[in-house]
Amino acid sequence: MNPFSYERPDNVAGALRGVDGRSVKFIAGGTNLLDLMKEGVERPSRLIDINHLPLGKIEENEDGGLRIGALVRNADAAYDERIKAGYPLLSSAFLAGASPQLRNAASTGGNLLQRTRCYYFYDTATPCNKREPGSGCSAIGGVNRIHAILGASDQCIATHPSDMCVGLAALNAKVRVTGEEGDRVIEFADFHRLPGNTPHIDTTLKAGELITGVDLPGETFDTNFTYLKLRDRLSYAFALVSVAVAMKLDGGKIAEVRVALGGVAHKPWRNTEAEAVLVGQAPEAAAFATFAENVLREAKGQGHNDFKTDLAKRAIMRALRQAAAGTPQSQTHKRVA
Amino acid sequence: MAQVEIGMPQRRVEGELKVTGQARYAAEYPVEGLLYGFVINATIAKGRIAKIDTTAALAVPGVIEVFTHENRPNLAWFDRSYKDDGDSPGSPLRPLYDDKILYDAQPIALLVAETFEIARYAVGLVDIEYEREDFNTDFVSALPDRFFPKKKRAFYTPFKDRGDAPNAYKDLPVQVSNDYHMVSEHHNPMELNATTVVWEGDGKITVYDKNQGSQNVQKYLASVFGLSKDKVRVLNPFVGGAFGSGLRPEYQVYMATLAATTLKHSVRVTLTRQQMFSHVHRPEAVQTVSLASDETGRMNAMMVEATTSTSRYENFMETVVNWGGTAYACENAKFDYNIAALDIHTPGDMRAPGAATGMNIFEMAMDELAYAANVDPLELRIKNYSEQDAMNNTPYTSKALMSAYKEGAARFGWEKRSQAPRSMKDGTELVGWGMATGMWEAMMAVATVRARIGANGQLEVASATSDIGTGTYTIMTQIAAETLGLPMDRVTAKLGDSDLPLSPIEGGSWTAATVGAAVQLACRALGEKLFKAASKVPGNPFGDAKFDQIEFIDGQARVRGKATGISLQDLLHASGEPWLEAEETAKPSMITNMTKSRHTHSAVFVEVKVDEELGVVRVTRVVNAVAGGRIINPLTARSQILGGVVMGMGMALHEDTLMDHRLGRIMNHSLAEYHVPAHADVFDIDVIFVDEPDPEVSPLGVKGLGEIGIVGVAAAISNAIFHATGKRVRSFPITIDKILSIDTTDAL
Repeated sequence: MNPFSYERPDNVAGALRGVDGRSVKFIAGGTNLLDLMKEGVERPSRLIDINHLPLGKIEENEDGGLRIGALVRNADAAYDERIKAGYPLLSSAFLAGASPQLRNAASTGGNLLQRTRCYYFYDTATPCNKREPGSGCSAIGGVNRIHAILGASDQCIATHPSDMCVGLAALNAKVRVTGEEGDRVIEFADFHRLPGNTPHIDTTLKAGELITGVDLPGETFDTNFTYLKLRDRLSYAFALVSVAVAMKLDGGKIAEVRVALGGVAHKPWRNTEAEAVLVGQAPEAAAFATFAENVLREAKGQGHNDFKTDLAKRAIMRALRQAAAGTPQSQTHKRVA
Repeated sequence: MAQVEIGMPQRRVEGELKVTGQARYAAEYPVEGLLYGFVINATIAKGRIAKIDTTAALAVPGVIEVFTHENRPNLAWFDRSYKDDGDSPGSPLRPLYDDKILYDAQPIALLVAETFEIARYAVGLVDIEYEREDFNTDFVSALPDRFFPKKKRAFYTPFKDRGDAPNAYKDLPVQVSNDYHMVSEHHNPMELNATTVVWEGDGKITVYDKNQGSQNVQKYLASVFGLSKDKVRVLNPFVGGAFGSGLRPEYQVYMATLAATTLKHSVRVTLTRQQMFSHVHRPEAVQTVSLASDETGRMNAMMVEATTSTSRYENFMETVVNWGGTAYACENAKFDYNIAALDIHTPGDMRAPGAATGMNIFEMAMDELAYAANVDPLELRIKNYSEQDAMNNTPYTSKALMSAYKEGAARFGWEKRSQAPRSMKDGTELVGWGMATGMWEAMMAVATVRARIGANGQLEVASATSDIGTGTYTIMTQIAAETLGLPMDRVTAKLGDSDLPLSPIEGGSWTAATVGAAVQLACRALGEKLFKAASKVPGNPFGDAKFDQIEFIDGQARVRGKATGISLQDLLHASGEPWLEAEETAKPSMITNMTKSRHTHSAVFVEVKVDEELGVVRVTRVVNAVAGGRIINPLTARSQILGGVVMGMGMALHEDTLMDHRLGRIMNHSLAEYHVPAHADVFDIDVIFVDEPDPEVSPLGVKGLGEIGIVGVAAAISNAIFHATGKRVRSFPITIDKILSIDTTDAL
């Protein structure tokens, strides 16, 4: 771990002071950053502890939605009565992630900024474009069972590991940020990036900007939804494939549907064109299968992860079925509904 | 106070120390002025260190020294100086000895600093250049070069062929022949390898080290560093799990001792979880099993061949192919075993070494035979049951496996099983019931125990054995308490210290039988000394009674049948000595060893539920019925089996050391990405100990339980998955992708 300076401001303006490049890091729960610092992957020279900023509340917005402060702990958000009532999909996504201990510490803002779990990214003895731009991607042609099948580039095939973000993508959340140039609201779909030729940049957050919270729109999904996560053991593992579905039915037809995938791309993956095709159709297997085919049409395996394409299709179909039937996946009973 | 007896459940005597943090582990001893070492590991798989520049690291305030091959102290010259009680033939690894790199992540330098944090930071400033050489870490590509070494490992048991298996196989109507693959696994106990070397100032060192044998490590350190044994004391009173990873001295103890003896200062070296993947592991294995029977499933030919991985510098071997041929009656049997060398660290013993590989795979093949012959899998085992060791034609000291089959099946409800794959369902899930036989050797070694009673009436039993979480403290206490008729709290067990009486490395499931027997012998001998002291008591309370008429009960010695006796404290007092002690050594019976076969057996029954569409498997129920001789403490015994079952679940479904063969490097070197079962993966586990009196296997009738719990579990899970889905997965771990990708053509 590098030597670093440490400060603990108690207001946002203080946190933003003099914050510019990559050598400065904000720390909240520290559940990811500290690991990365110990491994020598992240080497900030200045660490700003934001745990004392007033960003730890869940409040109601004017549009009837909720604002989750950047410092709200994952466990607190998961068990918040308003989130459980209006956005049970998000609560479920939270509970699908990590372990109770980690959820107690991890913050909402930090969860948005989780780095990939690519083996090579974590191992400084190996080339990795995300860690050392231009050094190459070891995962291509390497051990890549957990890697991306959609939206990857020849520079990086890493995935985003968050469950929360998959839920937020399906809910059309917005990310609120602040910086020296003032406040900004980023549509969730625009927050995380695809790797392209700059895989070292995970998000569209600008240098020096701080996440202050996440807005959930007023539109709630409390009946037809699910968060289905498939992984290599029944808890405490990152998704091989996960699927968040937010759906509305009207007169036996799909009135609205959003499907976000985790574990398959550098960001939570949505295909709004394919979603649009589903609208107006009966919630039945044939329509779900077509949707799954449409979403995975461009999928490309890397060898060890070839299975993910087929698994993702199956998971999408199951998740759509769970959502349509109003029988969402439980995160405590491990049987898949 | 009820008389303590062998067979009564007893809570762990050290449990309170552990849950209150008072039990110290190797990295937890407070030492004034301690220095911290951090190990630097190679990042190439083979070659040499061309340059190692420590200037920048040494410039960091707080950095004391960087030990490399260029500035290391004098070390022993001959290979034999680096040998230990758990080793394999070859040239043991000598960290920092020279510039050669034999495998990726080999320890190549030790940076010593005033704090752990400074050390960890400064290792990043050490500039290393390598000259690379070609290497191979891909086991399958090394198979054509497999070989059987001239010099065999001490723990390796040779096999014996019988009849003419290839010819018999050809003529039998039911045949199965398949290849199976077992991946490499890493032990990953909770406690990281760690050593605190205390520099005592007069050339003596006290070494708190995480290992499974303090005297093994003591001998090794003395030999490598040219110290006399009385200058080296090694302690491991508490060990946070090991599973075999502490059988050999690990490189952190070597590094810490090197630094401490050179700097003449106390030094601690703790490995990181990532570094726990830089040393010992279960070897990778391929095995081909061919079985043939008549139409009824009576086996008449078996051919088993296996190859396991080893390093280029030592020939690690396991007993892999013998198990099925020992367990089952079958007139014709042929075996072959080889090893294949890779540019990796030498593999080592990991829970049930050889059996966890060989017996599990054999039992998967047995399930295939059961389906080929259309016989119930349990019935197939019973049909081919052998009352004697079928490989050596020797009787067993005991084999209550039939009881284990029956009791296990009854508890599980096996008779309600339908034979056809895919025939049992729970809603939309497929249900599979599978079973397997488990087997392990019931070994006994040689150990010495000292029993001593002091003026306060406290009995102490001591031996240099280890308790790696298995319950050794508790059973030593319990056996001593029974032998001398004391309550548990009047007995203190001491272990984990090389100064204590001789004890072997704690492995092979032999500790309970070996140390347990020595505890009883030593306590009996002490009892006899106390008995003799009675003659000095006015009006000798025992009269003319001989020692064999004396019983120890309620804290007293008394003539059997008499209502009153005399307390042990009064006897000690009468002796006029401040304490009395006796030291005894327990040894296995050579005659029994030569004429009889000694094994532990188990019958494992498993229920899985499979979501076939998504490839998700849950192991919803396990019954493990164990024929393990006499059970000293049913509580810790059950825990041993529970742990074995969970580890077997990991073998079946989760554990897989992922190697990038382009780099020769293990990539999932963390507990986030190297998966073992989480609590959510563990459902109901039921443990049965069947009655198995065995006065011959060891003096107490004890067989040992450390390994048997894992054997057969992975096979039973795999067999249950076949029963559920009709799909055979012949390589572990059985992950989602394997369930989805294998077609159903194997289904019958």
